[in-house]
Amino acid sequence: MLPIAHFDAALIARGLPLLLLLVAVWIGLGLIGLLRPHSVRFVARVVFPLGAITCFALGAVAAHFLVSSHAPEVMTLPLGLPDLPFHARLDPLAAFFLLLLGLAGAGISTFAVGYFRSGQGTAPGLHCLQYHVFLASMALVILADDAYFFMVAWETMALSSYFLVTSQHRIPEIRRAGFLYLLMAHIGALCILLSFGVLQGGRWQFTFDAMRGALLTPFWASAAFLLALIGFGAKAGLVPLHAWLPEAHPAAPSPVSALMSGLMLKTAIYGMLRITFDLLHIRYWWWGVLVLGVGLFSALFGAIFAAVQTDMKRLLAYSSIENIGIIFTGIGLAILFAACGLPLFAALALTAALIHSLNHAFFKSLLFLATGSVLHATNQRSLGKLGGLIRRMPWVATLALIGTLAIAGLPPLNGFVSEWLLLQSFLFTPQIPHAFLNMLIPLCAALLALTVALAAYVMVKFYGVIFLGQHREPSLVHAHDADWMERLGLAWLALGCIAIGVMPQLALRVAGAVTGALLGQAVNLSSPFWWIAPIASKQASYSGLILLTGIVGVVGITFVMVRALAHGRIRRTASWDCGYPWQTSRMQDTAEGFGQPIRHMFGPFFRMERELPAPTDTTPHYRIHIEDRLWRALYLPIARYVQRLADWIGLLQGGRLAIYLLYSFLTLIALLVFVR
Amino acid sequence: MHSSHMIVELLKLLAASLLLISFAMLSRRRTQRLITLFAWQGSVLFISTLLVAYSAGLTELYFSAALTLLLKVIALPWILHRLIQRLGAQWDSEPLVNIPTTMLVGLGLVIFAFGLAQPISRMATTITRNTIGIALAVIFLAFLMMITRRKAITQVIGFLAMENGLFFAATSATYGMPMVIELGIALDLLVGFFILGIFFFQIREQFDSLDLSNMEALKED
Repeated sequence: MLPIAHFDAALIARGLPLLLLLVAVWIGLGLIGLLRPHSVRFVARVVFPLGAITCFALGAVAAHFLVSSHAPEVMTLPLGLPDLPFHARLDPLAAFFLLLLGLAGAGISTFAVGYFRSGQGTAPGLHCLQYHVFLASMALVILADDAYFFMVAWETMALSSYFLVTSQHRIPEIRRAGFLYLLMAHIGALCILLSFGVLQGGRWQFTFDAMRGALLTPFWASAAFLLALIGFGAKAGLVPLHAWLPEAHPAAPSPVSALMSGLMLKTAIYGMLRITFDLLHIRYWWWGVLVLGVGLFSALFGAIFAAVQTDMKRLLAYSSIENIGIIFTGIGLAILFAACGLPLFAALALTAALIHSLNHAFFKSLLFLATGSVLHATNQRSLGKLGGLIRRMPWVATLALIGTLAIAGLPPLNGFVSEWLLLQSFLFTPQIPHAFLNMLIPLCAALLALTVALAAYVMVKFYGVIFLGQHREPSLVHAHDADWMERLGLAWLALGCIAIGVMPQLALRVAGAVTGALLGQAVNLSSPFWWIAPIASKQASYSGLILLTGIVGVVGITFVMVRALAHGRIRRTASWDCGYPWQTSRMQDTAEGFGQPIRHMFGPFFRMERELPAPTDTTPHYRIHIEDRLWRALYLPIARYVQRLADWIGLLQGGRLAIYLLYSFLTLIALLVFVR
Repeated sequence: MHSSHMIVELLKLLAASLLLISFAMLSRRRTQRLITLFAWQGSVLFISTLLVAYSAGLTELYFSAALTLLLKVIALPWILHRLIQRLGAQWDSEPLVNIPTTMLVGLGLVIFAFGLAQPISRMATTITRNTIGIALAVIFLAFLMMITRRKAITQVIGFLAMENGLFFAATSATYGMPMVIELGIALDLLVGFFILGIFFFQIREQFDSLDLSNMEALKED
């Protein structure tokens, strides 16, 4: 008995080997799926539940590490090239993101158990391998402690997710989306690689430990930072580099969209934090301003574009851009505060960014999975053909409502906590010793508030058009609710949203461990467990629990009173029809109609092509195509330039043997002349 | 001393004839003549190697010479003759683009080769050091021949002639390469030659001719 207990204690005390073991279990599960690649029953009912349990275990180990000890654990793995072994490290930052990966991943994998159907693109076994390799590579990205291991894991992540995105590769649009994704992923990876090349500071040691010790001149430190911002920004979907995101996320199957949006984007956040706050020894205030600006613009851009989308998964993809923008806003503020020597406020902003990452993993996964259920039930992705599903799919509708409220930033759910913390940290900008900045940044807070309000607007649209009102297509009558495994996955994620919202102290505590390790400061945690007051209780404080009690109380009293006073006097009758009795469900407010005011107000953001029918048209047809201006202003010119360059290089391939021989002959002559 | 001086002069004569044969190959139209010239080139190479072996007293070089005789004077020309007979290509002639221009370019290459060889010749200690320039020129001319020709067989002959030049460069600069390398090269040559022979038939089957300009159609647009 005693030796076993001792062994357990040793195992738990050393979290890193356990985590690596769990990652190996994932890869093993993926390979097991190949044993019976065409059996949906085997893959979905046996392998995926085990993967979900592994996810949960990973999250639990990471949480245990965060709560108990914070001392970093280091390991050198017997893998990699000779003289270039893989290094792994577990520290609070890594543990936080592993916690996120494990907890949200557990819900997604549970959902995936019920989501699998036969006959969809890639064989289930192969899909299972790609899925688990994707999970494992994300965990390894977070655990890596040298640039080499990091890049290997990073590229594995990009490739496995590419194959997941293109699992229905017979559809040309999906192949196109996959290509765009792969292209952007590689451009990003190239920038990250260059950033590591700068970070090693001429010592050619690529372990992160060596990079921490490298002293860079301001120029090279800024170069490393900017390269990292471009590289990780391309993965996260920051605005000029976001083009792949609204294409790839809708193309993927829903659990994969959830993984990509909820978890993979967070690895980019992780990388950004790792380089900025851990590997670089210095931070400059203008980096913070840059990140803040780019983040805010992304947030606003994402929210505006989400408001005019008519495809539910594209809407959520743009909403991801918005949320990533909010997270980067927090990171930018944190850099700014840290560079100005205000570590406590930096810790507050960073806490907001971290908690928002965690929140986004929960509610965005929840919503993507809910769209998956809707998609399976109705075969419709276009908002214009849905509606009234709350009666057909009560489970999905209820759980999606929690996610919708959370992402809209309403208390007492988790979205409110992080957005409140972020707005709080904006209030401390007057302390910044730069004359213009402390005047301009409050304006940024106004922009953030606008974004958050727009996000709420978008979510009203999302939920209202899909679940409320009347069904717009007759086929929706046959929609069925999700099966119980799907419900379990959704409920787990919804529970996460509620838990962080009601007990923000939990999230603050794990985020505090991270900020403590990175900045040497953590926000105030001394208040009682139902109460958070991040800086000082006389400035601002929040209690999810009291708010929840209040809401439940008010709703309960109202319910009881209505029951008591109005019971039995309910009269069911047709609603007033404005004197027009031939109303159909097609006359409801549509997704286009709901987004129209936004389209007008933010007209300059869009490039619109609209076909309006003439009044005399007997077969009226309305078509609108909304495009991103950046696509034509930035991406297409670059693509044209690359194409022209490639054409020039293509001229080398004349097809004649004599010409090819001439090339080698001239090369030989040139080399001989050069050697002389 | 006298005899060695004599040998050096003889070697120079042989090197000059090697260069002359290269120029002749550059201007020949008929494939069969080209093979004959190639055999001549091989025999000149054989004699010069023999002379170097005798004057330097190196037994290894005798083996090299024997290998040259076997492979380049007897085996390869014979196989080539058989091949063009089988392919029915013995009287094939290919239109050569502007022989005088090719010759002028060749002349320029010879001058370049001599200029290039000067520092090497100064460092080399062999009795044949003056002929390094010629050896390089032979390589260049063979390369030029490959570029200007369009038939598959002439390309191969150009390739083989290039190897002759390399071999000559090796003997004149350092009394030949180590035996193992030389054997390896000989084997490579033979194997490569057989593979190319197979390709000839494949190419002819595909395009009904051995003209390589047909292969332009293989380019992907």
